[in-house]
Amino acid sequence: MPDTLGAALLIARKDLAIEFRTRTAFFSAVVFALLAIVIFFFAWDPTAVAASDLAPGVLWVIFTFSGLLGLHRSFGVEMADRALDGLLGAPVPRHAIYLGKAMANLVFVLAIEVIAVPAVALFYDMPLGGAKSVAALAALMILAAIGLVAVGTLFAAMSVNTRLGELMLPMLSLPFFVPIVIPAAQTTARLLAGRPVSESIGWLKILVAFDLVFVAACTMAFPHTIED
Amino acid sequence: MTDTATRNPLGSHAASDAVRPAARATFDWLFVVAVLAVIATFIRAIYFTPIEALQGPAQKIYYVHPPSAWVAFLAFGIVAIASLGYLWMKDMRLDRLAESSAEVGVVFTTITLMTGSLWGKPIWGTWWTWDARLTSTLFLWFIYVGYLILRGAIEDHGMRARYSAVLGILGSLLIPFIHLSVYLFRTLHPMPIIGKPSKPSLPNDMLETFLLAFCSFTLLYVALLRARYRLATDRAALEAEEGR
Repeated sequence: MPDTLGAALLIARKDLAIEFRTRTAFFSAVVFALLAIVIFFFAWDPTAVAASDLAPGVLWVIFTFSGLLGLHRSFGVEMADRALDGLLGAPVPRHAIYLGKAMANLVFVLAIEVIAVPAVALFYDMPLGGAKSVAALAALMILAAIGLVAVGTLFAAMSVNTRLGELMLPMLSLPFFVPIVIPAAQTTARLLAGRPVSESIGWLKILVAFDLVFVAACTMAFPHTIED
Repeated sequence: MTDTATRNPLGSHAASDAVRPAARATFDWLFVVAVLAVIATFIRAIYFTPIEALQGPAQKIYYVHPPSAWVAFLAFGIVAIASLGYLWMKDMRLDRLAESSAEVGVVFTTITLMTGSLWGKPIWGTWWTWDARLTSTLFLWFIYVGYLILRGAIEDHGMRARYSAVLGILGSLLIPFIHLSVYLFRTLHPMPIIGKPSKPSLPNDMLETFLLAFCSFTLLYVALLRARYRLATDRAALEAEEGR
């Protein structure tokens, strides 16, 4: 097991190093998120609905969509020069490849989130509250991101091999993001309204259960998607 | 990439059950029987089952909508089991079973959604509402339409079978989560009145028609599944003959 984890960390480091040196995917995802935040603002009548009421929904919709951009890249980058064959030839367990990719993707989506949350707070007049509510929000982000990345990494591995893979990924992933987005948006709204965390326990339980089930299921399923 | 050197797309035993299309009788007895059973159910439901006092004729949806929903769940359950079996045994027949069941399941999910909408208009006053069961059925539809589209987007037989098996299994794990989260979001759907712990609160006439509808719809499912499975088998046989 330490072997798997070590190999996974190595693969995650490789992916993050590529991303850190080029930064194209990250910057385009961030700009996409900012653009979407701005465009969403013009989609309704601001005199009828307060911007701060819509902020949680906007935040989570944008989070999922910009996350998809990063997920698509994670296996797209392996298609050039048949790099994936090298990765598959490496003497590491297949699970390690999945976990490594997933960890790199987790860092990627959380980094987008670190920029998107303040942007939504700024543009939508969203009150972030005190340190306690920010900490609860951060924990929620991580819980949601784990589920998102677990499913998304697996589907990204599948969709690079399909026709129109960049369309296939959102089509397959979005239904799986429903049990993430609903609890996350509901909890965010309650946290921002200054409600105690105990009110959202039911939602958080769903998120934790989703993470456990899908991290396990996707780790087991992944070797079947790259079998040769 | 990895599957360029394809295995025999028919799998190990497929050659024996792949009958040439021309060699098979064109008359599908099981299908005819199933259709007759459904027609008999409808005749009984329309002419020989009392009209419900509160909802009037709209309640007749009862003999179409819940049986369709049941068949949809049954179909997707079979997809999940066949998918699991495929990943385990790598038998292409299980892949064809999953494909066939998914396609029939999508048809019945569509019927469930449409009949529910027709009933919702007179009873709830709206064609659509974001009730928990409606929403989860809609997502059920999305998952398995996605499943069929994914199948269409992959050329290689082995890869198509593996990918769709993975999706078929994950989809069945997802359904409880979607249902739970939209249920907590809100619900106003009528609660089940047959499967509850106390005695079913339905007059005998209605109950019998209702159970008859479940049986005939299940029979229709089996017949459609069988016909679709044969199509998949024939298609695979033809492709093998063309040397693909």
